Amino acid sequence: MDQLIFAGEVFLNGLMTGVMYALVALGFVLIFKASGVFNYAQGVLALFAALTLVGIQQGQIPFAHLINAAFGTSLHHFGWTVPAVLAIALTAGVMVLLAFLIEKLVLKHLVGQEPIILFMATIGLAYFLEGLGDVMWGADIKTLDVGLPQGISDAIESTTANWFGYGFFIDRLDIWATVIAAALVAALVAFSQYTKQGRAMRAVADDHQAALSVGISLRFIWVMVWSIAGFVALVAGIMWGTKSGVQFSLSLIALKALPVLMLGGFTSIPGAIVGGLIIGVGEKLFEFLIGPMVGGATENWFAYVLALLFLVFRPQGLFGERIIERV
Amino acid sequence: MKTTVPALAAAMLMAASPVMADLVVPNMSYRTGPYAANGIPYADGFADYFTLLNERDGGIGGQLIQVPECETAYNTEKGVECYESLKSQDPLVLNPLSTGITYQLIPKVSVDDIVLYTPGYGRTSAKNGEVFEWVFNAPANYWDGASVAVSHILDQEGGDLSGKKIALVYHNSAYGKEPIRTLQGLSEKHGFDLLEIPVDAPGQEQKSQWLQIRREKPDYVIMYAWGVMNQVAIQEAVNIRFPMDKFIGIWWSGSENDVTPAGAGADGYKSLTFHGVGQDYPLYDDLRTHVIDAGKAAGAGDQMGNVIYSRGVYAALVIAEAIAKAQELAGTPEIDGAQLRDGFEALEITPERMAELGLPDFGQPIALSCDNHGGAGLARIQQWDAGAGEWSLITDWIEPDAEILQPLIDEDSTAYAQEAGIEPRCN
Amino acid sequence: MIYREAGDFKTSYRSDGQTFPIRLDRWGYYAVLAVAFGVLPFVIDDYWANAVFVPFLIYAIAALGLNILTGYAGQVSLGTGGFMAVGAYAVYKLMTAFPDISVMIHILLAGGITAGVGVLFGLPSLRIKGFYLAVATLAAQFFLVWLFNKVPWFYNNSASGQITAPTRTVLDIAVTGPTATAPAKYLTCLVFVVALAWVARNLTRGTIGRKWMAIRDMDIAAEIIGVNPLAAKLSAFAVSSFFIGIAGALLFAVYLGAAEVGEAFGINKSFLVLFMIIIGGLGSIFGSFAGAAFLVLLPVLLKNTLVGGFGWPTDLAAHIELMVVGALIVTFLIVEPHGLARLWQLAKEKLRLWPFPH
Repeated sequence: MDQLIFAGEVFLNGLMTGVMYALVALGFVLIFKASGVFNYAQGVLALFAALTLVGIQQGQIPFAHLINAAFGTSLHHFGWTVPAVLAIALTAGVMVLLAFLIEKLVLKHLVGQEPIILFMATIGLAYFLEGLGDVMWGADIKTLDVGLPQGISDAIESTTANWFGYGFFIDRLDIWATVIAAALVAALVAFSQYTKQGRAMRAVADDHQAALSVGISLRFIWVMVWSIAGFVALVAGIMWGTKSGVQFSLSLIALKALPVLMLGGFTSIPGAIVGGLIIGVGEKLFEFLIGPMVGGATENWFAYVLALLFLVFRPQGLFGERIIERV
Repeated sequence: MKTTVPALAAAMLMAASPVMADLVVPNMSYRTGPYAANGIPYADGFADYFTLLNERDGGIGGQLIQVPECETAYNTEKGVECYESLKSQDPLVLNPLSTGITYQLIPKVSVDDIVLYTPGYGRTSAKNGEVFEWVFNAPANYWDGASVAVSHILDQEGGDLSGKKIALVYHNSAYGKEPIRTLQGLSEKHGFDLLEIPVDAPGQEQKSQWLQIRREKPDYVIMYAWGVMNQVAIQEAVNIRFPMDKFIGIWWSGSENDVTPAGAGADGYKSLTFHGVGQDYPLYDDLRTHVIDAGKAAGAGDQMGNVIYSRGVYAALVIAEAIAKAQELAGTPEIDGAQLRDGFEALEITPERMAELGLPDFGQPIALSCDNHGGAGLARIQQWDAGAGEWSLITDWIEPDAEILQPLIDEDSTAYAQEAGIEPRCN
Repeated sequence: MIYREAGDFKTSYRSDGQTFPIRLDRWGYYAVLAVAFGVLPFVIDDYWANAVFVPFLIYAIAALGLNILTGYAGQVSLGTGGFMAVGAYAVYKLMTAFPDISVMIHILLAGGITAGVGVLFGLPSLRIKGFYLAVATLAAQFFLVWLFNKVPWFYNNSASGQITAPTRTVLDIAVTGPTATAPAKYLTCLVFVVALAWVARNLTRGTIGRKWMAIRDMDIAAEIIGVNPLAAKLSAFAVSSFFIGIAGALLFAVYLGAAEVGEAFGINKSFLVLFMIIIGGLGSIFGSFAGAAFLVLLPVLLKNTLVGGFGWPTDLAAHIELMVVGALIVTFLIVEPHGLARLWQLAKEKLRLWPFPH
């Protein structure tokens, strides 16, 4: 009986973790759908967004280290701090600018290339952004605080304690993440269904050539999609950055999003969410049930093996578009 | 391809290795990569101390100290590249601050006659100087740390741990696995249950592990973490309301970087340390006058006072003392690696000497010998005060349990000696 | 003018089908071999061997292996690091269990073991394709790393899980362990590289290579004309893993000397080798070498230029290095998506007509 209650707690926490994974996976899906680019740099985008947010918030001088090394000055801070909301808005602006530059400097030149080449280009981009983020804001760890609460939720603990005699642990940050993710998905769906740009985006996702022929600007759509992905990265960066502080390792969350993508399919927004939930619950339950028998720390590989098993039965992922092959 | 590119590279490389006559103590640092946040303060402290010696005293024994820096990014292959490029500059001693790179260098340094100094990390059994001629890991090692942590817990529990449960949360790598055998031995001796909880690198996501801790309610948690795993673990411990004063990290899990992201919740978190904390030492005034204010600080110059910065200073200090000793023994200021090894083996740092150096009561007395390369292995407990934002030392020096450790060290070093075909020396 | 095929008459099919049909190419090839075997071992020092040549040769083997799988057979794999770990741990177990048998045989056996593991993880490729397969191979990567970290048998129960290569000799010269000299390490790797490159070249232009390419170009069509996809895909996985296993064994035993699985054979290694073949050129033997040379040399070169040449702080240099590597990769893909091999080929075409291009 105890085991069952514990499993319930693990299950709930797995769902919450799944939402956090899905937040990262969402950015991948958006870009893949609209441009066929498998954007490995999504994790680094999250890191870059979080670094920029903290930098702006704390009034850090960008490139201070470079300037100091070149001119022998000792600049660090502007000496002001920016309120969280304004800083988020400014960071979103930076991400739009970044999307514009990426389109202008990279994607424009790679139209029509094979997917693997585009994938590689995004890895190159990931390296570049990683270096840029460090040069701009420094490689030391930064604390990100935009006022999101953290820690155990007392209400849930006491309620479940009354029901089961064991208080469940749910992190308030995870609850917030769930709410924000839901709002984000709702906003994305509304945007793509009810606005002109959103419809154009869906048209591009369906067929580049057909979209071009009816007068949709592919380049505008790409800039827009990358901006949205940048914004999603910002949200993911805030969530993960609040959890662990902002530092290099933040970019590695991309690795947690890959099995989610495989499972959900690269082209489906609901797939990213459902995939995230399945991966989150699956790896947590496996670690809980089987982990102690094999020595633990199974989460990294189990997510991939789970996704692999799903794929053997559905090679296009759960919600992916059916692969039709003709000779 | 094989002809043109290397020609260009050759031109670049020639320019890269200037001829040096001074004593060379390289700084194998990592200011980038996943562990940069920990690597930066250490590298700064290490370099700043030698800069201080050069600026204030004109080096050691009249010889200036060169501290060429090489970036390893905590990556073993870059470590090899660094080692080879530093080797051409005749370094005396290396301090890579990476257990992985240390393991790689241990066989190499004994061929190339370079001392490897790994304070508080690296291969624990290198304490046995009979087998590991060139490696020194004074003043304390991982196993000492585990034992001291348990001793502290014993102290808290009034000397009886039977029926208690202690969890070890560890970085699932060579480093994190080090204390397991020690703790297993101690758990047999004191009758506590040991719960081993591995966390895979990087450790961004630890929900399962902390839910497990919440379920199994260990009385104490000992942690061996590094990098982002530190911050996440402390945050998760705060989240599940684990009593912070029963949460003890090894010295690599006890810097300001690790606790500040968790904010006020981290108040009371304990960690081990083998040196003093804070800036209340006369040496820091000298550092400020001669290095920081003179604009000669390494890095951004903003790390002073950080625990890991102090550790870098301490590592540099021990090396500097060993160099001075070696110069005294050799009768010449221009020493080589073998003479430095002799200097290390004759090294004695008394409390009076520490006070003289401007760091009274900062470190434990160190006295090394041919067979003891690891010192006494004492450590203290520090506790985080989130309100004041500083660490404070809450215990005196605690001794590790040699009864458990010595057999383990003998066993591991003998195994290595057999594998590598080394004859024990020092007889 | 000098570089041309005119006047180079072929009198047999055999000579017509040789790898280097142009005389100058042939000479160039022999000259490179002669320098590599006859000159370099006598002039090479520790830095050049350990920082440049040994890693270059080892990564060239890994890149050859991955290129067989990805470039020739069209199966994208991100499990290279995991397979290299299999090679490394296999050679470690063999070296410590049978110290009397030559290490060269151990290295070959390690390749064989890796081939077996590769086939096992290649099985899903029969159903999963493209990016899904790439991500699926990550399952191999993470699982193998976890396994080697978790099971003490693999690292002979050492306290920390590090494996250290003992000293082993070939013809009484140490090739592994700390006493191995730079020329010995270099020559060991070189022998494997030359032999394996020869194997790769001849496999890829024979029946089996043509089957791989048919699968790559369109697997359904290939199946219809009589290529067995099971045999073709799995043989590609086997051969590729054999190469990668040998690269892993050499990386651990000859180059690093000690390794920890998560650090030395992590996901970054998989990406690095994939980069090499894409920058070098997919489906090209030369490309594997060019890509490995580019990605091994570039960081060393940049570091020495920025830190040694300009005296920049190491951290700034490392960050800029990342940016430069990233930017170069993107630039390369934009300028020549088919890699260095294609550039080389274009240069040769031009050279053939030079100085009378019309």
